[in-house]
Amino acid sequence: MYSRAYKAVIAAPPLLWICLFLLLPYGLMFAHSFWIVRDGLLVHNWNLQNYRALFTNPLYLQVFLRTARIAGSVTLCSLLLGYPLAYYLSFHAGPRKELLYQLVIVPLWVSYLVRGYAWKTILGSDGVLNGLLQYLHLTREPVSFFLYSPFAVVLMLTHIYTPFAFLPIYAALEHIPRPLIEASQDLGADRRATFLRVILPLSIPGLLAGATFAFVLSLGDFLAPLLVGGPSATMLANIVQSLFGAAYDWPLGAAISVGILLITISLLFLTERLEKRWSFR
Amino acid sequence: MLAAYAVLVFAFIYLPIVVLIVYSFNRDGVGGFPPRHFTLDWYRQLFSDSAIWDAVVNSLIVAAGSVALSLTLGLLAALALDRASFPGKALFRRLVLLPLILPGIITGLSLLMFAVFAGMQLSLFTVFLGHGTALISVATTELFAGLQKLDRAQEEASLDLGATPWQTFWRITLPNLKLSLIAAGLLIFTLSMDEIAVTFFLIGRDNTLPLEIWGRLRRGITPEINAISSLIFAVSVLLIIVWYRLRARSVSSAPQELLENL
Repeated sequence: MYSRAYKAVIAAPPLLWICLFLLLPYGLMFAHSFWIVRDGLLVHNWNLQNYRALFTNPLYLQVFLRTARIAGSVTLCSLLLGYPLAYYLSFHAGPRKELLYQLVIVPLWVSYLVRGYAWKTILGSDGVLNGLLQYLHLTREPVSFFLYSPFAVVLMLTHIYTPFAFLPIYAALEHIPRPLIEASQDLGADRRATFLRVILPLSIPGLLAGATFAFVLSLGDFLAPLLVGGPSATMLANIVQSLFGAAYDWPLGAAISVGILLITISLLFLTERLEKRWSFR
Repeated sequence: MLAAYAVLVFAFIYLPIVVLIVYSFNRDGVGGFPPRHFTLDWYRQLFSDSAIWDAVVNSLIVAAGSVALSLTLGLLAALALDRASFPGKALFRRLVLLPLILPGIITGLSLLMFAVFAGMQLSLFTVFLGHGTALISVATTELFAGLQKLDRAQEEASLDLGATPWQTFWRITLPNLKLSLIAAGLLIFTLSMDEIAVTFFLIGRDNTLPLEIWGRLRRGITPEINAISSLIFAVSVLLIIVWYRLRARSVSSAPQELLENL
């Protein structure tokens, strides 16, 4: 119903803007990853040296494995918290469903920094948790390993990404036609069997999406390690950040960023394929 | 059993925030137990802390600019996705949405390289470019959801009766989309006010509020940070609730779509 000219006029500005301020910057990052720094200066000398360094320097492999472990733990914990919560809201919350749903959604959008800072005050050696433990005479000395450990990073990121994991799982559960569940019960399945053979398989697309969000978002995080993690919890993005700061090696930092970008995009792509396979719609 | 577990998960989500707020009234610092000596001193100190309020003003400027930019471009993008077909449309949709799921460090650093490449000084303007561009993703999904719910018959009638597409846009489409626009604007405003990962790499001399707080965390913390954090939390929750209510009125579907559309 609209003319070609109209369509061109509405599509052109966002298209141009995205090309200039999103695509071109990503392209620049890609280009940087093939350059090098010599004597503190950027040399536009195309080579694979940075990528070679990523695969040969054991430090990067070590940090990569730690990052994957932390992101994996966050994913697992977010699902363990998010799935039962979504299940409860979808099937058992009754009239409070809408209110409880909002209670999960609201913190999803609320300040990352505020929530990270809260954990810092709780976990510190003179923090709230240590104060509580000593008050209850459970410990005599402050426990120092709460803060500045990979554990603290997992805890903080789980807190932040549980609502993200919850959301697609809840959506998947809500989409399950209720007659299917009644049919399962009518045909003699108990609650356990109904869950394992009807509800769980039908919620797998949501589960996959939730897991991907939690994993991908924690994979590129550099603020949690700085805030509550300390040196023993350095993640990939922290290396990138220091290469762009004091260590001044943008090309190497760009190469690691490209790595993070590729992992993220492949995971998103893979999840989409898997979701389609599991989807009954 | 399940209900008890759900209560525990809610406690996990909310308890840290409750602790944060309680200790903003604690005279003796951000830790220790139990909190003794109720005081409003930290709030008093906060209100006379000019560096914080300068940062708040900077954040407001950036957020207002980002709302204007991302709503304008997001509206056009949503219209294009809803009504036009062009080569690379699917790719365009994914590209627009990418900053929503990509780690902030990637968006921040690539824009940093772009700023250096283009010879731009880092300043609040580069922060605005970063926020505005990244948040086009949110604007596009939110407004696209709004457009899908619109009654297309009104627009068709307007065009059939001889109004130009331009007139139809201003007199029919835009007024019908008003609630979605306000809702999306509120969400974008909140996200920009709270943003830290992208800002981290694009900030010049003037700090936004989250970056000002971030800088102070390295210098030893006092409950003044709890006080400002509590205020940020309260304002954000308020804005998000208004967003949610408006959204429920304009788009009947739940906000999980925002993530589903990826």
